[in-house]
Amino acid sequence: MADKPQQPGHERPLSPHLSIYRWQVTMLASITHRATGIALSVGALVLAWWLVSISNGPEGYESFMSIATTPVGLVILFGFVWSLSFHMLNGIRHLAWDMGYGFNKVTATQTGSLVYVLSLVLAVGVFAFVWTGHAGYLQ
Amino acid sequence: MNSLQTPLHRVQGLGASHSGTGHFWRQRITALALVPLGLWFTFAMLGLAGTNEVAVLSFLAHPWNALLMAAFASILLYHMSLGLQVVVDDYVHGAGARIFCLLLIRFVVIATISTCLFALIRIAAST
Repeated sequence: MADKPQQPGHERPLSPHLSIYRWQVTMLASITHRATGIALSVGALVLAWWLVSISNGPEGYESFMSIATTPVGLVILFGFVWSLSFHMLNGIRHLAWDMGYGFNKVTATQTGSLVYVLSLVLAVGVFAFVWTGHAGYLQ
Repeated sequence: MNSLQTPLHRVQGLGASHSGTGHFWRQRITALALVPLGLWFTFAMLGLAGTNEVAVLSFLAHPWNALLMAAFASILLYHMSLGLQVVVDDYVHGAGARIFCLLLIRFVVIATISTCLFALIRIAAST
Protein backbone atom coordinates (compact mmCIF):
# COMPACT_ATOMS: atom_id res chain seq x y z
CA MET A 1 0.00 0.00 0.00
CA ALA A 2 2.62 2.47 1.01
CA ASP A 3 4.81 1.95 -2.04
CA LYS A 4 1.88 2.36 -4.41
CA PRO A 5 0.71 5.99 -4.40
CA GLN A 6 -2.94 6.75 -4.95
CA GLN A 7 -3.74 7.14 -8.63
CA PRO A 8 -6.26 9.89 -9.28
CA GLY A 9 -9.20 8.96 -11.45
CA HIS A 10 -8.59 5.23 -11.08
CA GLU A 11 -11.04 2.97 -9.21
CA ARG A 12 -12.26 5.88 -7.20
CA PRO A 13 -15.96 6.43 -6.57
CA LEU A 14 -17.70 9.03 -8.72
CA SER A 15 -20.80 11.00 -7.86
CA PRO A 16 -23.86 9.91 -9.91
CA HIS A 17 -23.87 11.56 -13.32
CA LEU A 18 -26.65 12.90 -15.51
CA SER A 19 -27.51 9.52 -17.07
CA ILE A 20 -28.32 8.02 -13.64
CA TYR A 21 -31.25 10.30 -12.91
CA ARG A 22 -34.80 10.09 -14.20
CA TRP A 23 -35.64 13.19 -16.24
CA GLN A 24 -37.76 15.66 -14.30
CA VAL A 25 -39.24 19.08 -14.99
CA THR A 26 -37.12 20.81 -12.34
CA MET A 27 -33.92 19.29 -13.71
CA LEU A 28 -34.86 20.08 -17.32
CA ALA A 29 -35.73 23.68 -16.38
CA SER A 30 -32.34 24.07 -14.69
CA ILE A 31 -30.51 22.78 -17.76
CA THR A 32 -32.66 24.93 -20.06
CA HIS A 33 -31.93 27.99 -17.91
CA ARG A 34 -28.21 27.52 -18.46
CA ALA A 35 -28.62 26.72 -22.17
CA THR A 36 -30.81 29.77 -22.80
CA GLY A 37 -28.29 31.88 -20.86
CA ILE A 38 -25.51 30.74 -23.19
CA ALA A 39 -27.76 31.36 -26.23
CA LEU A 40 -28.55 34.86 -24.95
CA SER A 41 -24.81 35.57 -24.66
CA VAL A 42 -24.72 35.20 -28.44
CA GLY A 43 -27.84 37.37 -28.53
CA ALA A 44 -25.99 40.09 -26.61
CA LEU A 45 -23.33 40.12 -29.31
CA VAL A 46 -26.06 40.43 -31.97
CA LEU A 47 -27.50 43.38 -30.00
CA ALA A 48 -24.08 45.07 -30.18
CA TRP A 49 -23.94 44.31 -33.93
CA TRP A 50 -27.40 45.85 -34.36
CA LEU A 51 -26.39 49.05 -32.51
CA VAL A 52 -23.17 49.34 -34.55
CA SER A 53 -25.10 48.83 -37.80
CA ILE A 54 -27.50 51.67 -36.91
CA SER A 55 -24.57 53.96 -36.04
CA ASN A 56 -23.08 53.19 -39.48
CA GLY A 57 -25.94 54.92 -41.26
CA PRO A 58 -28.61 53.67 -43.72
CA GLU A 59 -26.32 51.26 -45.65
CA GLY A 60 -25.10 49.58 -42.45
CA TYR A 61 -28.64 49.20 -41.14
CA GLU A 62 -29.86 47.82 -44.48
CA SER A 63 -27.13 45.20 -44.57
CA PHE A 64 -27.99 44.10 -41.00
CA MET A 65 -31.71 43.90 -41.79
CA SER A 66 -31.14 41.96 -45.02
CA ILE A 67 -29.36 39.27 -42.99
CA ALA A 68 -31.75 39.39 -40.00
CA THR A 69 -34.90 39.01 -42.11
CA THR A 70 -33.81 35.88 -43.97
CA PRO A 71 -35.73 32.69 -42.94
CA VAL A 72 -32.69 31.47 -40.99
CA GLY A 73 -32.39 34.89 -39.35
CA LEU A 74 -36.04 34.80 -38.28
CA VAL A 75 -35.69 31.28 -36.84
CA ILE A 76 -32.67 32.47 -34.82
CA LEU A 77 -34.62 35.57 -33.76
CA PHE A 78 -37.47 33.34 -32.54
CA GLY A 79 -34.86 31.36 -30.60
CA PHE A 80 -33.61 34.55 -28.94
CA VAL A 81 -37.15 35.71 -28.12
CA TRP A 82 -38.06 32.37 -26.55
CA SER A 83 -34.70 32.19 -24.73
CA LEU A 84 -35.22 35.67 -23.27
CA SER A 85 -38.79 34.78 -22.23
CA PHE A 86 -37.67 31.53 -20.61
CA HIS A 87 -34.57 32.95 -18.93
CA MET A 88 -36.51 35.92 -17.52
CA LEU A 89 -39.47 33.86 -16.24
CA ASN A 90 -37.24 31.12 -14.82
CA GLY A 91 -34.95 33.81 -13.41
CA ILE A 92 -37.91 35.24 -11.48
CA ARG A 93 -38.56 31.68 -10.25
CA HIS A 94 -34.95 31.54 -9.07
CA LEU A 95 -35.25 34.93 -7.32
CA ALA A 96 -38.37 33.63 -5.52
CA TRP A 97 -36.38 30.58 -4.37
CA ASP A 98 -33.60 32.89 -3.12
CA MET A 99 -36.19 34.59 -0.92
CA GLY A 100 -37.36 31.19 0.33
CA TYR A 101 -40.60 30.81 -1.67
CA GLY A 102 -41.70 27.89 -3.83
CA PHE A 103 -39.22 25.29 -2.63
CA ASN A 104 -41.95 22.69 -2.06
CA LYS A 105 -41.42 19.70 -4.40
CA VAL A 106 -44.88 19.90 -5.99
CA THR A 107 -44.71 23.71 -6.28
CA ALA A 108 -41.25 23.64 -7.86
CA THR A 109 -42.45 21.14 -10.49
CA GLN A 110 -45.62 23.14 -11.20
CA THR A 111 -43.78 26.46 -11.57
CA GLY A 112 -41.25 24.70 -13.80
CA SER A 113 -43.98 23.52 -16.17
CA LEU A 114 -45.63 26.95 -15.97
CA VAL A 115 -42.38 28.64 -17.07
CA TYR A 116 -42.20 26.36 -20.14
CA VAL A 117 -45.82 27.06 -21.13
CA LEU A 118 -45.68 30.82 -20.45
CA SER A 119 -42.36 31.30 -22.25
CA LEU A 120 -43.73 29.59 -25.38
CA VAL A 121 -46.94 31.63 -25.20
CA LEU A 122 -44.89 34.84 -24.84
CA ALA A 123 -42.55 34.02 -27.72
CA VAL A 124 -45.38 33.02 -30.07
CA GLY A 125 -47.34 36.06 -28.84
CA VAL A 126 -44.50 38.43 -29.73
CA PHE A 127 -44.29 37.03 -33.27
CA ALA A 128 -48.09 37.02 -33.64
CA PHE A 129 -48.16 40.66 -32.43
CA VAL A 130 -45.74 41.64 -35.19
CA TRP A 131 -47.32 39.54 -37.95
CA THR A 132 -50.84 40.84 -37.24
CA GLY A 133 -49.52 44.36 -37.82
CA HIS A 134 -49.71 45.66 -34.22
CA ALA A 135 -45.96 46.38 -33.94
CA GLY A 136 -44.09 49.42 -35.19
CA TYR A 137 -45.95 51.86 -32.91
CA LEU A 138 -42.79 53.91 -32.31
CA GLN A 139 -42.74 55.26 -35.86
CA MET B 1 -6.53 21.46 17.06
CA ASN B 2 -3.16 20.27 15.77
CA SER B 3 -2.66 23.47 13.83
CA LEU B 4 -0.34 26.13 15.08
CA GLN B 5 -2.40 28.77 13.28
CA THR B 6 -4.29 31.09 15.55
CA PRO B 7 -8.11 31.07 15.17
CA LEU B 8 -7.89 34.67 13.93
CA HIS B 9 -5.51 33.75 11.13
CA ARG B 10 -7.74 30.84 10.09
CA VAL B 11 -10.81 33.02 9.56
CA GLN B 12 -8.97 35.80 7.77
CA GLY B 13 -9.09 35.83 3.98
CA LEU B 14 -11.66 33.97 1.92
CA GLY B 15 -10.36 30.40 1.97
CA ALA B 16 -10.05 27.97 -0.91
CA SER B 17 -12.80 29.59 -2.98
CA HIS B 18 -10.83 32.89 -3.14
CA SER B 19 -14.10 34.80 -3.06
CA GLY B 20 -17.08 35.41 -0.86
CA THR B 21 -20.74 35.94 -1.67
CA GLY B 22 -20.00 38.91 -3.97
CA HIS B 23 -20.57 36.94 -7.18
CA PHE B 24 -23.90 35.56 -5.92
CA TRP B 25 -25.19 39.01 -4.99
CA ARG B 26 -24.04 40.69 -8.21
CA GLN B 27 -25.76 37.98 -10.26
CA ARG B 28 -29.03 38.47 -8.33
CA ILE B 29 -28.98 42.27 -8.38
CA THR B 30 -28.21 42.43 -12.11
CA ALA B 31 -30.98 39.83 -12.68
CA LEU B 32 -33.43 42.01 -10.77
CA ALA B 33 -32.41 45.11 -12.76
CA LEU B 34 -32.77 43.19 -16.04
CA VAL B 35 -36.45 42.37 -15.43
CA PRO B 36 -37.76 45.97 -15.96
CA LEU B 37 -34.98 46.75 -18.47
CA GLY B 38 -35.79 43.58 -20.45
CA LEU B 39 -39.48 44.51 -20.51
CA TRP B 40 -38.58 48.02 -21.76
CA PHE B 41 -36.31 46.45 -24.39
CA THR B 42 -39.15 44.19 -25.58
CA PHE B 43 -41.49 47.21 -25.71
CA ALA B 44 -38.89 49.12 -27.75
CA MET B 45 -38.16 46.24 -30.15
CA LEU B 46 -41.86 45.63 -30.79
CA GLY B 47 -42.38 49.35 -31.35
CA LEU B 48 -39.54 49.48 -33.86
CA ALA B 49 -40.34 46.21 -35.69
CA GLY B 50 -41.31 46.89 -39.28
CA THR B 51 -40.29 50.56 -39.16
CA ASN B 52 -37.42 52.12 -41.09
CA GLU B 53 -33.92 53.27 -40.29
CA VAL B 54 -35.06 56.84 -39.57
CA ALA B 55 -37.48 55.69 -36.85
CA VAL B 56 -34.84 53.49 -35.18
CA LEU B 57 -32.25 56.27 -35.35
CA SER B 58 -34.52 58.95 -33.87
CA PHE B 59 -35.71 56.55 -31.15
CA LEU B 60 -32.17 55.71 -30.04
CA ALA B 61 -31.03 59.34 -30.34
CA HIS B 62 -33.56 60.35 -27.67
CA PRO B 63 -31.60 60.81 -24.40
CA TRP B 64 -33.87 58.63 -22.23
CA ASN B 65 -33.92 55.81 -24.76
CA ALA B 66 -30.15 56.03 -25.25
CA LEU B 67 -29.66 55.91 -21.48
CA LEU B 68 -32.00 52.93 -21.04
CA MET B 69 -30.38 51.08 -23.94
CA ALA B 70 -26.91 51.79 -22.49
CA ALA B 71 -28.06 50.49 -19.09
CA PHE B 72 -29.73 47.43 -20.63
CA ALA B 73 -26.70 46.53 -22.78
CA SER B 74 -24.07 47.02 -20.06
CA ILE B 75 -26.01 45.30 -17.25
CA LEU B 76 -26.96 42.47 -19.63
CA LEU B 77 -23.31 41.97 -20.59
CA TYR B 78 -22.16 42.13 -16.96
CA HIS B 79 -24.82 39.55 -15.98
CA MET B 80 -23.63 37.46 -18.96
CA SER B 81 -20.00 37.51 -17.77
CA LEU B 82 -21.11 36.40 -14.28
CA GLY B 83 -23.21 33.59 -15.76
CA LEU B 84 -20.57 32.37 -18.21
CA GLN B 85 -18.04 32.40 -15.37
CA VAL B 86 -20.18 29.83 -13.53
CA VAL B 87 -20.31 27.67 -16.65
CA VAL B 88 -16.51 27.82 -16.95
CA ASP B 89 -16.11 27.08 -13.22
CA ASP B 90 -18.30 23.98 -13.67
CA TYR B 91 -16.92 22.51 -16.88
CA VAL B 92 -13.39 23.80 -17.51
CA HIS B 93 -10.88 21.95 -15.38
CA GLY B 94 -7.22 22.79 -15.16
CA ALA B 95 -6.02 26.15 -13.85
CA GLY B 96 -4.51 27.39 -17.14
CA ALA B 97 -7.53 26.67 -19.33
CA ARG B 98 -9.85 28.10 -16.69
CA ILE B 99 -7.92 31.37 -16.35
CA PHE B 100 -7.73 31.64 -20.16
CA CYS B 101 -11.51 31.22 -20.51
CA LEU B 102 -12.29 33.67 -17.71
CA LEU B 103 -9.96 36.31 -19.17
CA LEU B 104 -11.42 35.75 -22.65
CA ILE B 105 -14.96 36.25 -21.31
CA ARG B 106 -13.96 39.46 -19.53
CA PHE B 107 -12.16 40.84 -22.59
CA VAL B 108 -15.11 40.08 -24.89
CA VAL B 109 -17.59 41.57 -22.43
CA ILE B 110 -15.61 44.78 -21.87
CA ALA B 111 -15.05 45.16 -25.62
CA THR B 112 -18.76 44.59 -26.35
CA ILE B 113 -19.91 47.07 -23.66
CA SER B 114 -17.51 49.69 -25.06
CA THR B 115 -18.75 48.98 -28.60
CA CYS B 116 -22.41 49.39 -27.57
CA LEU B 117 -21.76 52.64 -25.70
CA PHE B 118 -19.68 54.06 -28.55
CA ALA B 119 -22.38 53.12 -31.08
CA LEU B 120 -25.00 54.89 -28.94
CA ILE B 121 -22.82 58.02 -28.75
CA ARG B 122 -22.35 57.98 -32.53
CA ILE B 123 -26.12 57.63 -33.00
CA ALA B 124 -26.78 60.53 -30.62
CA ALA B 125 -24.17 62.67 -32.38
CA SER B 126 -25.46 61.90 -35.87
CA THR B 127 -28.90 63.44 -35.39
